[in-house]
Amino acid sequence: MKLTLWTYEGPPHVGAMRVATGMKGLHYVLHAPQGDTYADLLFTMIERRNARPPVTYTTFQARDLGSDTATLFKDACTAAAERFKPQAMIVGASCTAELIQDDPGGLAASMGLSIPVIPLELPSYQRKENFGADETFFQLVKGLAKPCERTAEVSCNILGPTALGFRHRDDVIEITRLLTEMGVKVNVVAPMGATPVDITRMGAAHFNVLLYPETGESAARHLERVLKQPYTRTVPIGVGATRDFIAEVARLAGVPAQVDESRLNLPWWSASVDSTYLTGKRVFIFGDATHAMAAARIAREEVGFEVVGIGCYNREFARPMRALAREMGLEALITDDYLEVEEAISNLAPELILGTQMERHIGKRLGIPCAVISAPVHVQDFPARFSPQMGFEGANVIFDAWVHPLVMGLEEHLLHMFREDFEFHDAAGASHHGGAAVARPEMGTPAQAGAAEAGSMPAETAPAGAAQGGSPDSVAPAATRADPGAVVWLSDAENELKKIPFFVRGKARRNTEKFAAEKGLTQISIETLYEAKAHYAR
Amino acid sequence: MTDLPPPPVKGCREAPVLREFGQREVFCGLTGIIWLHRKMQDAFFLVVGSRTCAHLLQSAAGVMIFAEPRFGTALLEEKDLAGLADANAELDREVDRLLARRPDIRQLFLVGSCPSEVIKLDLERAAERLNTRHAPKVRVASYTGAGTDTTFTQGEDTCLAALVPELDKTDARELVLVGALPDVVEDQALALLNAMGIGPVRSLPARRLEDMPAIGPNTVFALTQPFLGETHGQLIRRGARHIAAPFPFGEEGTTRWLRAIADEFGVPDDLFEKVTAAPRARARKAVAAHAEDLRGKSIFFLPDSQLEPALARFLTRECGMTAVEVGTPFLHRGIMGPDLDLLAEGPVLSEGQDVDRQLDRVRAARPDLTVCGLGLANPLEAEGLTTKWAIELVFSPVHFYEQAGDLASLFARPLNRKRLLKLEAAE
Repeated sequence: MKLTLWTYEGPPHVGAMRVATGMKGLHYVLHAPQGDTYADLLFTMIERRNARPPVTYTTFQARDLGSDTATLFKDACTAAAERFKPQAMIVGASCTAELIQDDPGGLAASMGLSIPVIPLELPSYQRKENFGADETFFQLVKGLAKPCERTAEVSCNILGPTALGFRHRDDVIEITRLLTEMGVKVNVVAPMGATPVDITRMGAAHFNVLLYPETGESAARHLERVLKQPYTRTVPIGVGATRDFIAEVARLAGVPAQVDESRLNLPWWSASVDSTYLTGKRVFIFGDATHAMAAARIAREEVGFEVVGIGCYNREFARPMRALAREMGLEALITDDYLEVEEAISNLAPELILGTQMERHIGKRLGIPCAVISAPVHVQDFPARFSPQMGFEGANVIFDAWVHPLVMGLEEHLLHMFREDFEFHDAAGASHHGGAAVARPEMGTPAQAGAAEAGSMPAETAPAGAAQGGSPDSVAPAATRADPGAVVWLSDAENELKKIPFFVRGKARRNTEKFAAEKGLTQISIETLYEAKAHYAR
Repeated sequence: MTDLPPPPVKGCREAPVLREFGQREVFCGLTGIIWLHRKMQDAFFLVVGSRTCAHLLQSAAGVMIFAEPRFGTALLEEKDLAGLADANAELDREVDRLLARRPDIRQLFLVGSCPSEVIKLDLERAAERLNTRHAPKVRVASYTGAGTDTTFTQGEDTCLAALVPELDKTDARELVLVGALPDVVEDQALALLNAMGIGPVRSLPARRLEDMPAIGPNTVFALTQPFLGETHGQLIRRGARHIAAPFPFGEEGTTRWLRAIADEFGVPDDLFEKVTAAPRARARKAVAAHAEDLRGKSIFFLPDSQLEPALARFLTRECGMTAVEVGTPFLHRGIMGPDLDLLAEGPVLSEGQDVDRQLDRVRAARPDLTVCGLGLANPLEAEGLTTKWAIELVFSPVHFYEQAGDLASLFARPLNRKRLLKLEAAE
């Protein structure tokens, strides 16, 4: 047993749902207790789908347990086949049904349905969502894809995009465009958008483009073995990876590696002087292995960050992740326990986090800017606008997405300095960073205060306040200033102070007073002001 | 201000009920944890279940899960399924670790799930064992939130019902309000009852362990939520008496609910009038503002929370809507009787669900507003139907006078929105 609060991945049958929901003309009959239909709302709400996922649940209850559940399953299969008239069905069990040991595959096979029925074995107590998606797609391809004549023109299949995939919709559009520009036709995109009939004609393609190893690698390997279709190893996220991908496709397709780069903005944006301050920013990267590894390359080679930590939550890809981390002189963090991730971030104190929605919230607590690079994601990361991660437009999107929170970070920093003016109330946390609501110790810098106060989450957060999204009891009065009677500002010094830009004036005033107090001065002259400035300059 | 119609000559109490068995598109009782833990400030809810259970809580709790709430899942792993004795030792170890990390916890609930029920992990005995081990600092109890046993709000019922046998005994004549209400709503109810001289009044659940009510033969209780059948049964078993009333939704529901309690405590009419006149007028005015948008519109309830019959009563009587079908996951005629008496004959009353067939009925009726879960709302909107997602009715403050207008507005808003959005070309 293991205590869990956040889960990076759902159970494997949710992965199977991602495949079924991405496809058309396929229906999933899932042997599951009442309540498991909750997963529908991931698709209808987070991804905003306009139709119910093509899943029929048996929704058995306590009174059905016993011999009845097998009948219930068969009835559900019959009803689904009649009502939805799918081209093929997949059948399987959720975690509870796995325990009652009805055999969905055997039961469905005994029914003699006129369509292909593919049984799924998804071990719920060992594996997780990505495995479920990969395995389901693999079983579909294994069951349905047959050798067939290659297309006359050079063509490929695109493998891996599913429902509820992070930016899968737009990645497919962007990569299809790239391939088209190279003169490569797309035969079938699967699972997303494909029908079971489409799967049967996947063999017509000359090779496969594997976009997401997490959800498509088993199928890609199977097609390589059985249908002799090679598949691409490079995931085209980032400028360098996209160029490598283009070279790889050119080799597999026997076409020139020519693509219009005129829409690619990242290299110039990154080279322009405004980006100089990004140099050496310390970044922590976490997510699914594919996105995290791609992000590391972009961070190091295309934006000029320093990667100080990297990891992934999907153990299936621990090996390549460890290899990459070693190459960077780091040790990979392979875990699905968010507390370990939080501890790592907290110890490393990076200036930027690239992660999932979990890391976004860890970032909020610690007052560290964050950009989302990987599932699991929330509804805001299924945007209305075109926003791929892959290809050249993807590189543009990534540059904006990563730099935005940093620009915001600078704003945040200025705001904090602002707040040292006593008329700005410190508890007024008008910021997108939750860390802003955290009190600052008297003389510390804002960043230290955020880290020190937020600490480790569970034990130290007052539950009632935490549940309301803030921690009221941690909001202390604004930092107390030195007793105004102790040090007197001479009027020429006071006038000089007013010449300093307003957003740093408060800091200058306080630093000068602190400096004077330390030196045992009772009066502040212009001299003192500039001596203090020199003292604090770094 | 329009007066309410007189109570119907024939209500729905004896109306035939369409009972359906098939796929049910509902939450399981585990979701009750999401609002219960907010109410019980020193409690932790530990689900013993699978990754699916943890994923459900995460999906249903949405962004709240990042606030480090007081609930979690002890994930059953392969090795726990192999031998049961081991599972108990594992559970003890996880509980020890949890309580060491969260010293503020006074009540721990072991919450059963489908997997834990199917492998017959005896959480009741585990709770007893852990109770002995951690007493007196922490009280450990167990209940089931499994989908095989409970639907959505029933999870609150099984939780409270598990508490009742453990409550202290008393001979005092006290009123107990049963059902977890948002604090602001609970305070309003207490203030109204207090103004009528009714007291002492206790709440089940109380905000903290030490404030939990005692129960005895002189206890009377009123339900603030309709889904509390098992808790109702447990309270009666301990000698307490139920004050039957419609549920306090809208001006009429709140007044009739208060009236039933006032009658029990012999509150004179003029005092009742004095206390309720002003908030009644406010509630009527607030409801009237939204009733204009709702009048004459038809509404279809899919089963979700058991609030449906009481809400149908409010919307038909106070807002002038017409009910097409009132679906509820479970219909307790004893508890819902007073609401059913006020709901005029006409709508189909349905209990349970066969979701595809019920959706066929929705499409055939094309109601102006369909109340349903989040798995169905967007798909129905895409078919051109207007929906109100039901879960909000459980999370939002909607009971009693001051919230009556807000309650009506929850139903009026989707209709107004549909009227406002003009996305087609002007020509």
